[in-house]
Order: sequence, then structure tokens, then C-alpha cells
Amino acid sequence: MSDLLLEIGTEEIPARMIDGARRDLARLTLEALKRVDLEAGVSVAVEATPRRLVLIAENLPPKQEDRTLTMYGPAQKIAFDPDGNATRAALGFAQKMGTPVNEMKVSPDGKLCVERPILGRAAADLLAEILPEIILGIHFPRSMHWTGRSGPRFIRPIRWIVALLDGAVVPFEIGGVTSSNQTWGHRRLGSGALTVTGGDDYRSALAANGVVLSTEERCRRIETESEALVPAGLRLRSNPGLLRTLAYETEFPSAVLGSFDPEYLDLPEEVLETVMLTHQKYFAVETESGSLASSFVAIANSGGDPDGEIRRGHERVLRARFNDARFFWEFDQRLSLADRVEELKTVTFQATLGSYWDKTESNWTIARGLAADLELDDPTVDATLRAVRLAKADLTTEMVGEFPELQGKIGGLYARAQGESQEVADAIYDHYLPAGAADQLPRSAAGQVAALADKLATLGGMFRIGLVPTGSKDPLALRRAAYGVVRIIVEGDLPLQLSGLVTGAGAGENASSLRAFLVERLRHWLLESGGFASDVVQAVLTASDNVPVDVAARARALARVRSTPDFESLAVSFKRIRNILEKAGGTDSFANVVPDAALFDSDAEVDLHEALERVEDEIFSHNSRRDYAASLTEIATLRPQLDRYFDEVLVMAEDEAVRRNRLAFLAHMLVQLTTIADFAAIAPAPSGNKP
Amino acid sequence: MLTFQDVVMRLNDYWARQGCIIQAPFDCEVGAGTMCPETFLRVLGPEPYRVAYVQPSRRPTDGRYGENPNRLYKHMQLQVILKPAPHDVVELYLKSLEEIGIDLTKHDCKLEEDNWESPTLGAWGVGWQVMLDGLEVTQFTYFQQCGGLDLDTAPAELTYGLERLTAFIQDVESVYDIQWNDRWTYGDVRLADEEQYSTYNFDEADVDFVWREFKLHEAECKRLVAAFHERKDPQARRRFPLLAAFDQTLKCSHLFNTLQARGAISVTERAQVIQRVRGLAVAVANAWVEQQEEIAEVTA
Repeated sequence: MSDLLLEIGTEEIPARMIDGARRDLARLTLEALKRVDLEAGVSVAVEATPRRLVLIAENLPPKQEDRTLTMYGPAQKIAFDPDGNATRAALGFAQKMGTPVNEMKVSPDGKLCVERPILGRAAADLLAEILPEIILGIHFPRSMHWTGRSGPRFIRPIRWIVALLDGAVVPFEIGGVTSSNQTWGHRRLGSGALTVTGGDDYRSALAANGVVLSTEERCRRIETESEALVPAGLRLRSNPGLLRTLAYETEFPSAVLGSFDPEYLDLPEEVLETVMLTHQKYFAVETESGSLASSFVAIANSGGDPDGEIRRGHERVLRARFNDARFFWEFDQRLSLADRVEELKTVTFQATLGSYWDKTESNWTIARGLAADLELDDPTVDATLRAVRLAKADLTTEMVGEFPELQGKIGGLYARAQGESQEVADAIYDHYLPAGAADQLPRSAAGQVAALADKLATLGGMFRIGLVPTGSKDPLALRRAAYGVVRIIVEGDLPLQLSGLVTGAGAGENASSLRAFLVERLRHWLLESGGFASDVVQAVLTASDNVPVDVAARARALARVRSTPDFESLAVSFKRIRNILEKAGGTDSFANVVPDAALFDSDAEVDLHEALERVEDEIFSHNSRRDYAASLTEIATLRPQLDRYFDEVLVMAEDEAVRRNRLAFLAHMLVQLTTIADFAAIAPAPSGNKP
Repeated sequence: MLTFQDVVMRLNDYWARQGCIIQAPFDCEVGAGTMCPETFLRVLGPEPYRVAYVQPSRRPTDGRYGENPNRLYKHMQLQVILKPAPHDVVELYLKSLEEIGIDLTKHDCKLEEDNWESPTLGAWGVGWQVMLDGLEVTQFTYFQQCGGLDLDTAPAELTYGLERLTAFIQDVESVYDIQWNDRWTYGDVRLADEEQYSTYNFDEADVDFVWREFKLHEAECKRLVAAFHERKDPQARRRFPLLAAFDQTLKCSHLFNTLQARGAISVTERAQVIQRVRGLAVAVANAWVEQQEEIAEVTA
């Protein structure tokens, strides 16, 4: 068995792309090995640093299995004449194959055939062919060429390649770089080219030259060193995303503790954290009570900081950043948010839809409608509309210019500092929420309405001008906006109707596609966050999708009762009813026919009718209290009458009047009982009753 | 301690030793060294080129009346173009830092993804910001497209922020405290620029005048490009002043920046004006490539 080492030596790969590249490298390798029949028993591992993507494949077969290729000629009865002499067909085949007829075999289905042994090719030869394809097959979001337009494309230039099979170089070339047994260490901690054989000496050569190859080990190193540096009484604010990024930005990470003047702690924690985490990639340090401390940990790509130069450098940069932030804060107070609203006329929201001033107008109109729909009290309405009026004004501030990720939050902080009420300030602060599926929701009613209005105005405007997301493309993050709408409504238990939201959003001719777009996000929420089975989701949405909160309530009820035996059986009966009606021309064609009790001619029919009338009254009262589980349980009590009905009654009776009456009765029942869920959409449980 | 001009001279000297022409700054207002013909036009086509130059770069919206210690209306870039990029280009760059006294074994140097794009120039590239102890000191870009044209080679562009780099070396908190030479500080040399141009750009520029100027330069650029395409005589085409047409593009770009700082560009106008400037840049770049190919044929 053979072992392969592949190291793609590059210039610094963007940290955010490395995990994807590793996955691609492993997958493409396994696929290629399978294609050339070298995959049996192979184990593949990948590693990465900013300057190298590494593949280690162990237990490769040294060559492909030998095999036999059979070439088929004419059938035996065509190949020989009655006297047993070879015909022209046989001779032609013999000439083509270069094999005399008398050396040929006959296949089980009676054809002349020639067997050719195919010797398996050596793994080294095959690898020389497939490794370049694997390397260049790795997908990167934005690749480049570096040897010229017709040259190879990769995320950054490839500068060396190590390709060793059991210590021997697998020869190939990419963009003028020939594979070899030479690697390179850390840019400043390494010493020149390193010759390796591909076994353990590879890792040890790298380790001796300032490269910790294992990402997990670099992560551990960062954590251990950082924690050791933090002074007693304080602790590191852990951040797994930042940790991973730093592990992918360093080959030899070393933690450096820095501090800043505690007077900067007067600045909002949001600003301090953004500067440290997002801009400078430092770990924040906090006190035992969880508030920010005046220390930080930077991760250097170096062997340490004996003279404290790295610490001084990072402290200096942070001081400048914090000074900037303080300058922005003070400078921004010259103008209140209210005074800034007019300036929004010069800030583009979208070329066709206009400025953020225009958007504020749309948000305000939508918010007013929502506040009315939700019957908010007057003080809350006032606070909401005040917040919506001011919500975008922070876009004209220096602080948001510098820290765009803090938009909204800065507005909220400034509003508070400028004497707006807490309610207004919080609503502004929260109005971009939720930013994702796991993000928190606005904290107050005013915040909910401000956030909904902002998203709905964006959705309505973009749909109106035709910027509708297609396929996986959604550059304007409209799916996220729509999902935010669904989350705020459903998780906030707001009794809003999609029809009203869509009309208010102003999507123009595309109102129906906006509605469908929101329903899709609602479906997604039910499946992912609600955790409901897909048939339950389908059943409740088919019944009615207009009131998201109600949809969720019905889904919860249905999920609870669906597995009871009576209910399963009921679902089967409803499917049957639907089929019967469809064959007879569709439910709608009977919807206006009032069933006539006088035409019932069997006890089963009368029984069911009476039971239905009783149930209808019950579910009406349950539904009005949104106690859908009680309604569904009630409906399930119809099972004996329904079963008996289908045992004893022939719906498609000879007599047309009787038949039409029965169909009308079934249609009536279907309409009355499927307002909660379309039971016909419920899939039977594997052990459920069969019709 | 290295002064501001020591840093410039050492870097110039280092890049001269790497075979670069040391050019003088370009004499039109530009927002970045990239916009100078020595970069924008030279990266087009297949001809090798190596050049380095200091370029004062004017960004009207970045002015702060000289009151902010790190933000400037006009800052100095050292622009280096290596076309094609040599295989050891990153190493060459790192050595340039060592040349100005930065011992990289004692510092934290990272290359962090930072792709560059200029909508007004129809140009983009991929690369990094070079972070030195957390401070961005250089933008490193492999050009991929310029003037809307895919580039034959991928030239490396190194843009050093000279104020930041020197402030780092001198360990001062404000750019105005940088020693320009042993006697004068950066503030002595440049503070008046910052105060006066911030005032001009934000408060005093006559919007109508600047708009008129913009339109005149735009018209002149278009006229020249159209005239080039009408010329048939090979000799006349070879000496046709496309460089002058490009000056007009740069003027427009700068005037647009001024109008923007003055708050004179409305929302609906902004995207359109960017498109207009981009249209000029793309038209000049295409004509330039055509002209250079004709010249290459004659000299071949």
C-alpha cells in the first residue's frame, strides 16, 4: 500500500475560503481516485494553513487491478458457413483484432470474441494525471489568473507543489510550477527550501520551521496561550468564529496581551467590541460580572513578542481606532437624529426607489398601518412612528460611516443620548433585527413594528421594480428580510394577515409573487424552526396561509393529534372524499349546492349528518378560541360514523338527485372540516391503517 | 530614526534596485496612484513594465479640516507596479519593509484578504491589505481588469500608505507629528493644505462652476476619443493625444469627488455620474490598446 502527500503551496489564501477549499480537496480526491479505480481502502485527510492546502492519502493501492477487456464480433452462426468455414464477417473481425479466427473464443450468448488483458496502470502515473485536475477543480468564490489570461486560475498564485508517493515525486506542472519534494516553512520563522520524503519528516520539517500544520492544534495553541495571559479576575470572551479565522491567518500563532486606557470604556460596548473583534480581530476580555475590561488579546503570526513591539503596535492601532470612535461620537452630536432626517435625501437606498428619505416615508406609512392593525395604544403608536421617522438617520453619521455593521444600534444609542425615550431608542436600536435565523428579535412592540415596516418596505419596493430573487441568487438579501418578517410575526405572536402586509408593502403588480415569497419563508420557518413534518406543513398551508400565527397554531395542534389512530383513519377517509369529488368534477362544483336532508335514505347518512352538525358547532367554538387541538379531537370523533358511511353508502348512486345530494354533502363536509388542515395531505404513518 | 523623506528615499532606492523606473508624481489631481497613466494605461497590453512613484492622492470626502490625527484630504502613496508579477513578489515586498528598518521577526505581519475595485475606472483586482501589528500599511493587488478590459498579465500593484508607515516607524499618534526631515514635521508642511482644501471641498466650492468644468472636460474627452476613431492615417493615429484624453477623464473623476464632498450630487445622479466617468475611462482604455497595438506592429 502507498501513501501520498500533496501540498499546494500558495500565497495567503483568504481565511474565509479555507474550510470550503479543504472540503473540495477531499471530495475531489475521492471522486478522482474512484474514477481511476484507486479508491479501495484509501483514507484521506486534509490540512490547511494560509499558505498551504495539504492532502494526505494513505493505503493507496500501488496500481490499478489488472482486468480483461472482451471485444465482441459476429454471432457464431454468421461467422461460419454450414461447412464450418469462417465467413467474410469472421475474417474481417479477425483482421481488425489481429487475432486468427481459430484463437477466438465464443461468448455465452454465442458471439465470437477476443479477450485482451488490460494491465492496471501504476498509481504514480495516474496521480500525475489527476492531481492537477483536482487542484484546479477546487472552487473559490473569486479566483484569479497570475501567469496570464490563458493560464490556470486559483484563489492566489501557486508558488510550489509537493507531490510525493512513497517518497518519490509524482511529476506534473501547473502554471510553470513543477511538483517536487521541496516545501517552505513560515515566511520569517522558516529557513529556505526544505526537502522532505513525505512521511513524518514532513510535519517535523514544518514544525522546525515555524509552521503548525494542524488547524486544531493552532486553535488549541491560540486558546491556551490567550487564557494563560489573561490576568487573574478577568476572562477571555470566547468567540469560535474569530478563533477559526485567526487559526487560518497564522502558521505559527502567538498570543499577545495588550491593554488600553480604561477611560475608553465610556464608549458604548457595541463600538468597542466591533473595533476589537471585527476590525482588529482581537479577543475581548471581560470581568467576572461580564462587562468589558480594558485588555485585549491579539494573535500574532510570529514566534513571540520578546521586546513588546507587537504589543505596542497593536495598542497604538487600537488607541487610534478608539480615538476615532470618540471623535465620531462627539462630532456626530452636533446634529440630532431629527435634524439628520433631511440629509437622508442624499443617501441612496436604491437607484430606482430613491433615497433613504424616501424609504423612511414608505416605512412610516407601513408602520402606521401595522400599528392600526395591531391596535396599539396611542403612546405606543407615537413612540413607534417617532422611531421609524428617526431610524435611518444614523446613516449620515460618521460613526456608521466607519462602522456600517452598527447601523441601527448607533441610532438607538444616539437617540438615548439625545433625550429620546427609552422606547423610541430601543425600537431604533432593534429595527434591523433579526439579522439571521438565530438572531434575536426586537424587544418591544414599537421595535417589532419598526422592524417589520423596514423589511416590508424593502420587499415591497424591490418586488415592485422587479428585483425578485431567482434561484440561489439573492444579492439584496430579500429572503432574509422575508424570513425576518415571518419570525417577528410568528414568534412575536402578532395577529397580522399576509394579504394586508402585501397590500401595505406596495409591491404593485408583483403583489402576488411577494405573497408567495412570504408564504415560502413561512413554510421554511414551519419546517426548520417549528420542526413540523412536511405533510403537516403542507396540510395547514393548503387549508389557509393568510394568518401566519394561526398557521403555526394549527400546525402545532395537527402535529399533536395526527398520530392518534382515529385521526389517521380520518385522514384516509378525507383522501377518499377528495378523490370522489375530483372524479365527479371537483369540490367547487358542489360548494354552492345545499345538501337536502330529505334525500338521505340510509341510517349511515343520517347518522353522519347529525354527527357533523354537532361537530360543526363544537369546532366553531373551539376555533374561535384558537383551540385547534380540541377541534381536531372533535373531528376525530366522526370516525365511526364516517367508517360506517363508506361501508354502507354508495356515493355514486344511480339516481342523479341522490348522487348529487351525496356529493354536495361530502363537499360541504370537506369544506367545513378542512379549515384547520387539509387532512388529505397527511401522509399515513408506516404502521397506520390502510384503506 | 527614519524621517518621512528617508522612508520615501529608501523605498525608491530599494525598488530602483529591483529594476523599477522611479517616476515623478503625476501632475493631475487623482484619488489614488492607480489612476495615473503609469499604472492605468501601462497595465494594459502585454508589454513588461516596472515603475515606482510617490503619488499625492486627493480624496475630498476624507478631509477633516486638519483636525483628525489619521484622516487626510490628501495623502501620499508610494505606488509600485511590477508587470508581470515575479514569482517572489510577496517576498520582495516584505524585504522592502525590512529595508526601512522593520524587523519582521519581531512584528506581526499578516496578509488579509482585501479585493480592490474601482467602479469609475472599470477596474478590479484581488489581493490583500498588509497588516503590520494590526495596522494596514499597504494594499497589495493583482490586477485582473482595467478600463473594462481583461488584462493579458496580472501585474502586481503595491500601494504603501506613507503617512501610516512612517507614523508606525516613528511611533507617533498623529500624522501631523511625523518628522518630515530632522527640522520640519508633516504638520509644518501640510496642515494648511488640509485646512484650506477641506474648507473648499465642503464649504466653498462653487457647485455651478465645478459642474460646468466637469461637463467641459467630459466633452473634450469624448471629442478626442471620437476623433481618434475617425483618423485613418497611421502616422496621425500613432501620435494622436489619447494621453490628453485620459487627463480629461481624471479631471472628471476628481471634479465628481469634489461635487460629492460638497453634497451637490443627488442620489439619482450619483450612479449616473459614476457611469459617465467609467464610460470615459473605458473608451480611453480601449482606444489606447488599439493605438499601442498599431505602434507595436510598426516597430516589430
